[in-house]
Amino acid sequence: MFEQQDPNLIQLNSEGQLKHFLTTEGLSRELLSEILDTADSFVDMSAQQVKKVPLLRGKTVVNLFFEASTRTASTFELAAKRLSADVLNLNISTSSTAKGETLKDTLMTMEAMHSDMFVVRHSDSGAQHYIAQNVTPDVAVINAGDGRHAHPTQAMLDMLTIRQHKGDFSPLKVAIVGDILHSRVARSQIHALRTLGAAEVRVIAPHTLLPRHIEALGVQVYTDMKQGLKDVDVVMMLRLQRERMLSALLPSEAEFYKLYGLSEDKLKHAHPDAIVMHPGPINRGVEIESAVADGPRSLILNQVTNGIAVRMAVMSMSMSGQTTEAARRAEQHASRTE
Amino acid sequence: MVSGVIKVDALLEKMTLELQNYLKAREIDNPMIIGIRTGGVWIAEALQKNLELKSPMGVLDIAFYRDDFTRVGLHPKVQPSILPTATEGRHIILVDDVLMSGRTVRAAMNEIFDYGRPASITLAALIDLNRRELPIQADVVGDVMLLAADERVKLTGPEPLSIEISKRAD
Amino acid sequence: MNIKIQGGRVIDPASQFDQVTDLYISAGKIAAIGNAPAGFTADQTIDASNQVVSPGLIDLCAHVREPGYTRKGNISTETAAAAAGGITTLCTPPNSKPIADTTAVVDLIQDRAREAGSARILPMGALTQGLAGEQLSPMHGLSQAGCIAFTNMRLPVKNSLVLTRCLEYAATHDLLVIFQAEDAGLSEGGAMHEDTTCTRLGLNGIPETAETIEVARCLLLIEQTGVRAHFGQLSCERSVKMVMDARDRGLQVTADIAIQNLLLTDENVNGFDPNFHLIPPLRSQLDRAGLRQALLSDGFQAICSDHQPHETAAKQAPFAATEPGMTGLETLLSLSLILVEQELISLSQMLSKLTCGPARVLGIESGQIAEGLPADLCIFDPQAEWSLTPETCHSAGQNTPFMGHTLKGQVSHTLLEGKVVFQLG
Repeated sequence: MFEQQDPNLIQLNSEGQLKHFLTTEGLSRELLSEILDTADSFVDMSAQQVKKVPLLRGKTVVNLFFEASTRTASTFELAAKRLSADVLNLNISTSSTAKGETLKDTLMTMEAMHSDMFVVRHSDSGAQHYIAQNVTPDVAVINAGDGRHAHPTQAMLDMLTIRQHKGDFSPLKVAIVGDILHSRVARSQIHALRTLGAAEVRVIAPHTLLPRHIEALGVQVYTDMKQGLKDVDVVMMLRLQRERMLSALLPSEAEFYKLYGLSEDKLKHAHPDAIVMHPGPINRGVEIESAVADGPRSLILNQVTNGIAVRMAVMSMSMSGQTTEAARRAEQHASRTE
Repeated sequence: MVSGVIKVDALLEKMTLELQNYLKAREIDNPMIIGIRTGGVWIAEALQKNLELKSPMGVLDIAFYRDDFTRVGLHPKVQPSILPTATEGRHIILVDDVLMSGRTVRAAMNEIFDYGRPASITLAALIDLNRRELPIQADVVGDVMLLAADERVKLTGPEPLSIEISKRAD
Repeated sequence: MNIKIQGGRVIDPASQFDQVTDLYISAGKIAAIGNAPAGFTADQTIDASNQVVSPGLIDLCAHVREPGYTRKGNISTETAAAAAGGITTLCTPPNSKPIADTTAVVDLIQDRAREAGSARILPMGALTQGLAGEQLSPMHGLSQAGCIAFTNMRLPVKNSLVLTRCLEYAATHDLLVIFQAEDAGLSEGGAMHEDTTCTRLGLNGIPETAETIEVARCLLLIEQTGVRAHFGQLSCERSVKMVMDARDRGLQVTADIAIQNLLLTDENVNGFDPNFHLIPPLRSQLDRAGLRQALLSDGFQAICSDHQPHETAAKQAPFAATEPGMTGLETLLSLSLILVEQELISLSQMLSKLTCGPARVLGIESGQIAEGLPADLCIFDPQAEWSLTPETCHSAGQNTPFMGHTLKGQVSHTLLEGKVVFQLG
């Protein structure tokens, strides 16, 4: 009935370069690798005395956070500043705005200020797709987390960390543990891992925290930690929000910890060289034992450094994709008016 | 259409000699050589060998420092710059293959300064096309070439190194 | 006023009449089919050659947004849209503001419809006062005032005892009760069918059980109370199968489906287009196949538009934050013709679901072409291509995924009680 194009193509310009970064789904392995390669260059930049490149000088980046976040917001701010962009931070709590129209109004106001890029976090899945469809051309939209849908920069920084430690993705068995149902991080990780060619992606959680038909995303489903962790090379823990206890999804934190908390004991089932990751902030004693979180296999702090590099990479690549598209449009316009 | 190929070895020998004299005259000891990706790195490697320098060589990728981002965007396949030792207070020999407008060298110098303040920068280029757009001139050049408007020059390498002159096929 | 409709293919699904002939209309009624009655002189002749003349369509669920939500549409605009779509009778749900639980509101709706004069509105009354699910509404009085049926829509009657009383009271007066089955808990916060697409998009899902559990509860109480009942806009195969089983066991129960649920699936939501934010949600391909099968085996007596116009702003937001529903009056016939084009059902069978089928559900006489009956007619060219555009759209709402799509089957004339209420061009 409807000839549907892949909706994730909205992220690419006519030459297949990134112009928005909304989701890891539907992007090619080449493009994801390019993001990681570019990020690698920015990781090395920390050796510079002046930790800044002039790439986005004169560009205005607006951090639009409709949902509270200090960590993600500040890494995006730092990333933008290291690219020499001017940064404006706006925290708009959704409760103070009636939905819909206000989002549109906010966008129009921002555009009137000649912003070049929106970094957006929103509690509604798909909000960034809506914004990308409605912003003026030339403005790049970077998804800093939308509802349960996607958190692509978090997933890509995880991929960068994995690649730094494991190199090739193809032999890797990766387990994602915890609240898959509510996790935009998990969804983005799954798409990225699958595209980058990981041998096996597993999710481990009780059925109350697993979305229906998650296996359709190409993952193996486990409800038991010992079986799920067996021989894995990478363990990616998810954050468990405390309010989940109140909505009849789990009986208690204690029982969740006992069954799904990552302890040294459970980690023994994984490959001896397995690495442990967590997007933070950590709930010690709920998702992960302190000894594991602070232990030698934990890469939780590395992830913060990589976070800045990955965000610099997608920001510069998206701005680049917008720039070349705008240049092409101007050329076409010129040739039409000739 | 390739209209001419020039061997590089003779030019490299000339550059080595001139650099040795230049460094001696300036009393520069233990300089650090830095090549600009991609062609500049090949030339820098050759000079590093010829000059028998002890200090490890540096590699610059100036993609993040170019001044044409707003027109052409980010260059694909950006690779990290590698500066194995600190540049602070060092005498630097910056090497590029073809010196044209001077914009690449400007970007490279900006990047070097972001790593620290060098004592001096000496610019060495294999070919100078004499098409300066900025007040930037090489201290040592292999050759000066005057090309017709439709001609292009390109260094191919790394083994063997040669210069190709081609005409744009209009 | 005497009108002759000349040379059209007259299809009356109720009598299985299907032939090219002339219709004669006098004093708002069908005076004769085939040969002119004695002394008939036509004041107006409509050339219907190469066109189909069918009974005016009956839409079992169309929101007209008046009173109370006139920013989304009003009785004048929405009945004009109905006429443009060949619809002469439409049933409106009671969730106006104020809610249709008093005769004053029911009178107002019917008065406005008469003033507008484009289509007949049969209002549904609230099953419980304020649709709050607690107190019985004055159903007998409302029925006297013109309510065709009673429904609590998708608002829950949580207490099954209260629901039982409602059905018993309706049964006492032989009133029709319409269910739009939805379990409040299971559907809470849901924006689309719970399945793979929903999981990928990270939206809150509405599981099939949200509908089937409520259908099961209602069927058991229908059986216990013996009330005349109808299920509106079912979306799951399982639901319609349960209703069909109940019919087989002799229950007086019928069902309809919104045309979009026969054509689209949850996969259309990919890309977060708010025009696909519909309640009931578009279900899986398997469901769609099952629902189509059910249509063939008379599981559905009617196809409706579930017309829900919105102001532009209502759809300008992230998917889940938009208001659900699409406009459908003007596209109901064309979209239903797709089923014929796909050779799922014949033209006459399809028309029965839009005319005599819904008429029987409601227990009214219209929806057929017969001498002496009111001349509610729809004349359309089943092959003519057209497309709905914001400029040509009669409804105040432009919220439909079919906006701008080329559709087949264009209405040229609509007659309501012998009066031309819509004419193309």
